[in-house]
Amino acid sequence: MSDCRRQWNREDELPVYLAGPISTGPNQRKSFGMFSSVEGAFESKTIDFDNYAVGRKGSRTPRSGSRERVLDAEGGAERSAGRRGHRNPERLLIKGGRVVNDDQSFFADVYIEDGLIKQVGENLVVPGGVKVIEVNGHMVIPGGIDVNTCLMKPYLGTNPVDDFLQGTKAALAGGTTMIIDHVTPQPGDSLLDAFECWQEAADKKACCDYSLHVDIPQWNETVKDELELLVHEKGINSFQVYMAYKDVYQMSDSELYEAFSFLKQLGAVVLVHAENGDLIAQEQRKILGMGITGPEGHPLSRPEELEAEAVFRAITLGNRVNCPVYITKVMSKSAADTITQARRKGSVVFGEPITASLATDGSHYWSKNWAKAAAYVTSPPLSPDPTTPDHLHTLLACGDLQVVGSAHCTYSTSQKAIGKDDFTLIPEGTNGVEERMGFVWDKAVAMGKMDENQFVAVTSTNAAKIFNLYPRKGRIAVGSDADIVIWDPNSVKTISAKNQQSASEYNIFEGLECRGGPVLVLSQGQVVYEEGKLQVQQGTGRFIPRKHFPDHAYQRVMFRNQGKEAVTRGMYDGPVYDVVPTPKYITPAPSAKSSPTSHQPPPIRNLHQSNFSLSGAQTDDNVPRRSGHRIVGPPGGRSNITSLG
Amino acid sequence: MMSERRCSQEDDCSSLLSRLGSDSPRPRMKYGGMFCSVEGAFENKTLNFESFSPQTQRRRAARTHSDHYDGGDVLRVGGQTVVFPSGHTRENYKSSTQTIPVSPSPTIMTIIKRNGDRLIIKGGKVVNDDQSFYADVYVEDGTIKQIGENLIVPSGVKTVDAYGQLVIPGGVDANTNLLTPQKGLNPTDDFYQGTRAALSGGTTTIMDHVLVEPGTSLLSAFDQWRETAEQRACCDFCLHLDVTRWHEGLYEELETLVKDKGVNSFLFFMTFKDKYQSSDSQLYEAFGVLRDLGAIAQVHAENGDIIDEEQKKLLCLGITGPEGHVLSHPEEVETEAVYRAITIAKQANCPLYVTKVMSKSAADVIAKARKKGIVVYGEPITAGLATDGSHYWSKDWATAAAFVMSPPINPDPSTPLYLTSLLACGDLQVTSSAHASFSTAQKAVGKDDFTLIPEGTNGIEERMSVVWDRAVSTGKMDENEFVAVTSTNAAKLFNIYPRKGRIAVGSDADVVIWNPKETQTVSAKTHNLTLEVNILEGLEFRGVPSVVISGGRVVLEDGKLNVTEGSGRFVPRKAFPDMVYKRIRARSKMAEARGVPRGNYDGPVHDVISMTKSIPPTPTTRGPPCPKTQTCLRNLHQSGFTLAGAQVDDHIPRRSTQRIVAPPGGRSNITSLS
Repeated sequence: MSDCRRQWNREDELPVYLAGPISTGPNQRKSFGMFSSVEGAFESKTIDFDNYAVGRKGSRTPRSGSRERVLDAEGGAERSAGRRGHRNPERLLIKGGRVVNDDQSFFADVYIEDGLIKQVGENLVVPGGVKVIEVNGHMVIPGGIDVNTCLMKPYLGTNPVDDFLQGTKAALAGGTTMIIDHVTPQPGDSLLDAFECWQEAADKKACCDYSLHVDIPQWNETVKDELELLVHEKGINSFQVYMAYKDVYQMSDSELYEAFSFLKQLGAVVLVHAENGDLIAQEQRKILGMGITGPEGHPLSRPEELEAEAVFRAITLGNRVNCPVYITKVMSKSAADTITQARRKGSVVFGEPITASLATDGSHYWSKNWAKAAAYVTSPPLSPDPTTPDHLHTLLACGDLQVVGSAHCTYSTSQKAIGKDDFTLIPEGTNGVEERMGFVWDKAVAMGKMDENQFVAVTSTNAAKIFNLYPRKGRIAVGSDADIVIWDPNSVKTISAKNQQSASEYNIFEGLECRGGPVLVLSQGQVVYEEGKLQVQQGTGRFIPRKHFPDHAYQRVMFRNQGKEAVTRGMYDGPVYDVVPTPKYITPAPSAKSSPTSHQPPPIRNLHQSNFSLSGAQTDDNVPRRSGHRIVGPPGGRSNITSLG
Repeated sequence: MMSERRCSQEDDCSSLLSRLGSDSPRPRMKYGGMFCSVEGAFENKTLNFESFSPQTQRRRAARTHSDHYDGGDVLRVGGQTVVFPSGHTRENYKSSTQTIPVSPSPTIMTIIKRNGDRLIIKGGKVVNDDQSFYADVYVEDGTIKQIGENLIVPSGVKTVDAYGQLVIPGGVDANTNLLTPQKGLNPTDDFYQGTRAALSGGTTTIMDHVLVEPGTSLLSAFDQWRETAEQRACCDFCLHLDVTRWHEGLYEELETLVKDKGVNSFLFFMTFKDKYQSSDSQLYEAFGVLRDLGAIAQVHAENGDIIDEEQKKLLCLGITGPEGHVLSHPEEVETEAVYRAITIAKQANCPLYVTKVMSKSAADVIAKARKKGIVVYGEPITAGLATDGSHYWSKDWATAAAFVMSPPINPDPSTPLYLTSLLACGDLQVTSSAHASFSTAQKAVGKDDFTLIPEGTNGIEERMSVVWDRAVSTGKMDENEFVAVTSTNAAKLFNIYPRKGRIAVGSDADVVIWNPKETQTVSAKTHNLTLEVNILEGLEFRGVPSVVISGGRVVLEDGKLNVTEGSGRFVPRKAFPDMVYKRIRARSKMAEARGVPRGNYDGPVHDVISMTKSIPPTPTTRGPPCPKTQTCLRNLHQSGFTLAGAQVDDHIPRRSTQRIVAPPGGRSNITSLS
């Protein structure tokens, strides 16, 4: 790496930061014939991004930091060291593959050492004794990043059947080498405690690298300090807020506004669960009242419109605060269209469809089999419109939606059966971490909607950029983590609960065929999945801290941060109507929609009250007459400030 | 009692006859060839809609019944009110006869005087929302008696010359605030001044908003408004009610208002946080109630939460002038609320009327929703159609403050053109004025803090001219659409059609002779308001009313206004307006969701161990202390089957803990049906 940098220096005789992709002057561009490639272009295909990515200089430090932290925390330093020691010597050369990044594809070999990609190019000079993987023209893509999993989300004291071990195993089997899990504290819990609890569990169990989103269940002052701490010291840059789950997680618009403003200052990405909780609560009551208690009540009480409405509102709030907004779980056409339109108007908003919404539809809620119907319960619910998956894929392909998540949160049928007499009690969540990449390939790339580069973008690169993991994750480049998937576009697999990695007994994609899948998966430079066999080690996954102010989300926002200006005018010195403290002005009653933090409007602040008055309350004040309000000749003479313009 | 009985007898008879006219399949007679007109087509151009519109069958009965009392002057008053809406006829009649002895004699005198006018409008082109034709109009007793050519009229009838001009139904202004106090300030234009200005601009019916302060009774507020208006108004009026705090206890009052008081529209605020704002839950509940009662929900659509935050922010930034108002009420906030209101109305299956559509994007949201089939109506106002919000940045504080209203007038100068286009194509339906005038001295209450500036602009007088100038004379709209957006649509929506909003036999004689060629320049010097500023100052508008007839009496002629205080009548409106509710009714029949009949789930149920995690419903963030959303866990089958109590390894989510391979009692096959 350093070699490469020095070479550049010599060649261009320019400091590294100028040798970026943007040439600074016309004299610098040397062309070697119109279609011939630049000299040395294939030597090291990848830009050494680390050195001139502004604000990312320290991206190397947290890694080592985290590793040390893990060692300290575990106490089992020897074990870890031994593990690493066992793993690290592995040097791999992936030969004869076609490297696919989000921007381009090219044939190159990839050399991996110490869990990092060390060289990318042809005819690499590698040390002897290297394990060579011949991939014979298969695609070599960056490992997938699943930005939305809930592997530990408790529901009434029960935990999902897929914990960090099962979940990450399933993820790796599907070609996903990193997950970002949601920390879901209950209202009143400390965010920090919850975060630490999650991190501890994940450190013990996860088999692939992970990071964490923290959900904010309630907005209050103490949360602010914790958020600050999480952002600055714990490496969290994304927080989820809820517009649904009335009386539990739901925030009012005022609170959302405050939360957005605060998170913007911290440089964090706001994730929004967008559904109108007020209306859902009403609809649920109505539907239970009608005697509908089965899972079909779930989509009936959460119609598509409520999702679209909340998305619209979240975007409006984001625009007002000037803060990037990330909509988790885009499940319906109208919600996706709302995002599309907002992006067209320039809003900084990102949308995340999930495996379930991309591969199946909500018609199953009406299944005669309760267990099957209940397995589909997630919120926002799957849209019953069968054309939804197609539409969402189209928007993904054209870039209107950016990231594919899975919202993997599995409960067993007996857990789902908690709500067998009341659909509102069914724990929400579907599987999808394992099938995520496959279905995007099958429904978008194999159908010709999307090219392979866009496939890489939506399954990994975009997520890495939005959440500031790029280019460590989400790219095959020198210096990136060796999270690599060898992808076979032609393999066909039938999804079934029988042969899945996940522990759930019901797979909502049961029986669907899926073209495209991983042949081989490398996580941290280790082969963890090959030919259908998983070789994972519990606890090898590392926590990846993420820095605040991700460029991809915040650059535009920063430029838009311009202040508003007041109009400079002379003081108004005309007559001022004397506000008689009439009994008509009723004291503001306890608000219908207020949050405890916002205060009442201050009492009328009429600083000039003493200047002029119509000698107190007039007897005929209550009769609105002309003479009562027009002051023809105010004491002190007429002012002409009012007739300037 | 006598009258009632007779009424019902007559009613039977007339409805029978009317059905004969329309229902029985009679052979269609053709006179002549394809393009020949039907015989007698030009005699009486107007349909006698009374006889075969099923809703209004009883009107005829009412009429005869009033004729019966033709002799006496006092009773004449009853006849006057009795003319139209069937359901209210009797009550009205009763109430008016009851009130007459009580009410002071001037009222009777004016009405008697009004009835004296017999007029024939000659030579004009009658313009309704569906067609235009040349005809004379004969007016007697405050109603239109004959329309056609060569009318036979009694002698001594006053002739109003309308040659070369349009004879249009008097305007209906669906949104005024002539008595609504803001921050303890009363508007400078009360019912007298306001209706006077309305008449001078060609508007003969206003619909005023009754603002019910939180905690006060709807009925008493309504009565107060009605009383004041009856004493002061110079033109007919209806009342909308603004419900500032919804709770279920209001149901009875609403029912009384709808069924007995002739109010069928209620406005809810989505803004004015901590004062009038309603939460989404409240709106949903209220909309459901309104749908059942057959009323129309109106909303002031702005997101109060965001506005509140923005106001705080701007005041902190040191922006205290009127420009802060428009900065804190951005367009998006309006659009968002419109979108939300539509979503709620769709869910509740309630017709929605969005007052004061001020921005392009809000209008677009309405247009799109209509395309999806949602029953929603949008109302742009005079100010939004005639001017833009650049004036908020005026160096003159008084000018800037005069424009303060919410939603604010949009700073985008292309907004008026856009709104008129949508109005012309039918995506927006009604124009109103949202008239609420506060003098500069009153506005100056907020000279150091824009949030204290009382909100409201004028526009009641200029409304019709603005629409004509911006839409008709530019060629966007034809004269029939002009009539539709200025009067007919409002009359239909709020169920006073065809009494208002149409020139037809039997309609009220609210007629305007419109001169499309003349122009007028708006100025605070010449307008008929007490207000000392006019936000349309200096603008020139083509199209002015040359004669205005209200209740059969000429009130504007030769530029002279001749109004009588207190001559305006309250026009009651019935529930379930056809134009709005036909679709709603059909949908409520369709919309019944059905559950899936399945066998009972009898598989294993996970035992919910720690109930402590289920949090007691916290004081809701967004709702009022309204009904509880959800009761506690209702796991009725908890005792049916348990995994032998808490397992030691329950906290470790493992496959084996939850999958029960062979539940006691054997496997059920209900779970593997499909």
